[in-house]
Amino acid sequence: MMTSFLFRALDARAGIFLAIMAAAIILVPAANLLAPEGSAFHVPNYAVTLMGKYLTYALLALAVDLVWGYCGILSLGHAAFFALGGYAMGMYLMRQIGTRGVYGDPNLPDFMVFLNWQELPWYWYGFDMFWFAALMVLLVPGFLAFVFGWFAFRSRVTGVYLSIITQALTYALLLAFFRNDMGFGGNNGLTDFKDILGFDIQADTTRAGLFAASGVALVLCFIICRALTRSKLGKVLVAVRDAESRTRFLGYRVEHYKLFVWTLSAMMAGIAGALYVPQVGIINPGEFAPANSIEVVIWVAVGGRGTLVGAVLGAVLVNFAKTWFTGALPDIWLFALGGLFVFVTLFLPKGIVGTVSQGWTALRQRKVSAAYEAGSDVPPGAPPQSPGATANVSATKPNPTPSASAGAEPQPAE
Amino acid sequence: MSLLKSFFLLVGLMVCAASEPSFAQSGPEALRPLINGLAEGKYAETEKQIGALVATGDPAVAPALEALGEGDLYVRKSDGAVFIATKAGKGYALTDPLTLEQAGEAGRRDVSKIKVNNKLRRVLRSALGSLTLMAADPQVRMAAAEAIFKARDPDGIEALDAALAAETDDGVRKVMEEARAAAVLNSDLDEPQKLDAVQTLSVMGNRDALSLLIGVQSSAGGAVRDAATQAVTRIQKSIAAWDAAQNIWYGLSLGSVLLLAAIGLAITFGVMGVINMAHGEMVMIGAYVTFVVQELIRTSAPGLFDYSLFIALPLAFLTSGVIGVAIERGVIRWLYGRPLETLLATWGISLMLQQAVRSIFGPTNQEVGNPDWMSGAFEIGQMTITYNRMWIIVFAMLVFAGLMLVLKKTPFGLYTRAVTQNRRMAASMGIRTPWVDAMTFGLGSGIAGIAGVALSQIDNVSPNLGQGYIIDSFMVVVFGGVGNLWGTLVGAMTLGIVNKFLEPYAGAVLGKIFVLVFIILFIQKRPRGLFALKGRAVEA
Repeated sequence: MMTSFLFRALDARAGIFLAIMAAAIILVPAANLLAPEGSAFHVPNYAVTLMGKYLTYALLALAVDLVWGYCGILSLGHAAFFALGGYAMGMYLMRQIGTRGVYGDPNLPDFMVFLNWQELPWYWYGFDMFWFAALMVLLVPGFLAFVFGWFAFRSRVTGVYLSIITQALTYALLLAFFRNDMGFGGNNGLTDFKDILGFDIQADTTRAGLFAASGVALVLCFIICRALTRSKLGKVLVAVRDAESRTRFLGYRVEHYKLFVWTLSAMMAGIAGALYVPQVGIINPGEFAPANSIEVVIWVAVGGRGTLVGAVLGAVLVNFAKTWFTGALPDIWLFALGGLFVFVTLFLPKGIVGTVSQGWTALRQRKVSAAYEAGSDVPPGAPPQSPGATANVSATKPNPTPSASAGAEPQPAE
Repeated sequence: MSLLKSFFLLVGLMVCAASEPSFAQSGPEALRPLINGLAEGKYAETEKQIGALVATGDPAVAPALEALGEGDLYVRKSDGAVFIATKAGKGYALTDPLTLEQAGEAGRRDVSKIKVNNKLRRVLRSALGSLTLMAADPQVRMAAAEAIFKARDPDGIEALDAALAAETDDGVRKVMEEARAAAVLNSDLDEPQKLDAVQTLSVMGNRDALSLLIGVQSSAGGAVRDAATQAVTRIQKSIAAWDAAQNIWYGLSLGSVLLLAAIGLAITFGVMGVINMAHGEMVMIGAYVTFVVQELIRTSAPGLFDYSLFIALPLAFLTSGVIGVAIERGVIRWLYGRPLETLLATWGISLMLQQAVRSIFGPTNQEVGNPDWMSGAFEIGQMTITYNRMWIIVFAMLVFAGLMLVLKKTPFGLYTRAVTQNRRMAASMGIRTPWVDAMTFGLGSGIAGIAGVALSQIDNVSPNLGQGYIIDSFMVVVFGGVGNLWGTLVGAMTLGIVNKFLEPYAGAVLGKIFVLVFIILFIQKRPRGLFALKGRAVEA
């Protein structure tokens, strides 16, 4: 049962993706650690960290794609879950500092000593244990998403309204975490981490390990998402996206489906945040900024919403562009990003992956139909299914002139 | 009690001065020995000398006494002459204390400071107060009375009595009476006088009076204490009421800012179902138009500065409106039926507009001045009302009324309302919906532009100006409901007032968080806002 569930996740496109990921997970750390400095194969340390960061972003984009691309919930607040996961990890890393902080207090993190706090607030208990922090990375964003979604979906808040209140959510959290009394370091956030699970956080091996961990997390989440969206439940999600009322009238509890996928997505965002923090070495309230959440959405849009692989690709591409632009032409970056928003929504509504696979399908259909017209023995009917069947519903236009064979044969897309 | 004596002297002099002004004009040279006397001997002698100076009743001694209080009075060692000295280079620049003319310079070692202690400072303060109580300028008299109120010096009572007898200005008279009451309560006068004083302060009824009376409550006994207790409760009640009024005022002021920022958004959202994320940037552009207009006026026609806002208003409306129409024609019309994509595209536009402004004007805040009629403040009871906040409320109301008029009384408004209610039906009836869309978007953006003119008066004009308002305006629109301007008005004012009432208890940030959480919960209850459009659609 479980194997068939997971097996369904695999097809050609997913296979290519997984192969590339596996190669990256093995080769990048290897090239960083084994290849000697100066050799052509050596990957510098900063590049490992940078790519690790991209992978966590890709995981966040995957989470957004799951709710937006498959369920039609445009979240403008996913960075909130990302940051919450990051804070949970940050708290663990703060506790690991122990007496090595500036003030050397065995019990309190530096910022609390600085603010004259006498004892550890209750919500910091347990974060000195990794398993507890790891659990919180999942539970805190998951719980928040569950409560928020429970209210929002039950009262059928949809569309633009939902997008705006997700933004209000992350904005409220942003303001809250800026407060010093919250006990999360206020403006400065949590930083100055020393080690993770006993390994020095600055060491090359740790960094390579974190990269690999990010890659593995991404692969696992990808497989889960892939299996989920290709299951029956995934079909219902797509139905909710395309015709929510109709799905409800057919007897599906739409809000339950939405709530499930929403909470799952928030947990994935939390994992992404937790992997992000040790690699960049800081978490502060800036991560909650509404603009961040909106940027994630554009990664997904660029790659192609509703295509999982596209979300990953979009996140990596846009962030690579960002790194390059902000270094080379800092003034141009916002123009480029803004232009990307406009260009993608106007001209690439399916994103890169969606558009490419649509073109691919069209090409194959044309071949098939050409062969059919030439009188070869390809049986009519059964149009070739593309992997992203949902993405190209509109690609197969209804036949303008009714044909004799009941219109079942594929039509070449213009 | 030498000081008291000198006050009696002074009072006598002042009464004479009131009847015969020429008496006190003794000329600078007659005063000089007294001034020079300040430098002789110890504190006690200086105090005596101050008394003698005050006794002359000549306002010309005031600068010297002021300088003494501030430690700027020096004596020249060679001849014992006294000067007001300010540091200049390695030495001091000397000023004659009576004529206030330049009197050359002196080396650091040639002069020595006349020292004062706290007791002398107190003496000086009340001495200056009584000196200026009789000044010709009512503002100076007012300031003097206020100084005595703060010092609460019982020695000032006689001077005040004399001044009260001669006072003609009612406003100054009131302040003097209050100052007298404050001084009486600090003196060892008998009970009936003190009860009168408590009464006066109780009528005065502000925070100063309150803190004074609380002091009396703890120090005095018997009837005075009871009277003070009563007065304190009374004042506390009235202050609480005034505080509430002040909060409502602040709330209205914040609400009208929100209204200005949100009203354009509400129209476009209502008509087109489109969230314009670049709306905040339209506000920002309006503010920058004001800046440019003011710069042009500064360089070419400084006399027009007071009218700069009136010039900026139509220009801001046009600039933002034209940009709005361009956005609608260029981007949004291709995205109909895809509200979420529109949201992303307009967000992209907002990023580009921000960066464009940053590239042209630089990332720093720009200086936008307030015209004269917008600066300053006046007081009603215990409330301070600044002119710029007041005008913004008035302006927001005018914009609201104007917009209402446009929507209710013009053909364009009729079309707009028709499209808001039922787009397809309106199109079937021959309304050119694309034209209505473009014009509505232009109108909404234009209003954002004039909101920017108003906001430039109270906020920093920077490329990020719009970002600060965008989320708040969304909240207003979502809270008030779309397609109904009254909803926007009620939403903006409610959020403004609630915010300001939460602030004193929870702090500004926590108050804002509460409001956001409240809206998130509110949306659950009424997913289409406070004033939802009635209709039969299953899904909007």
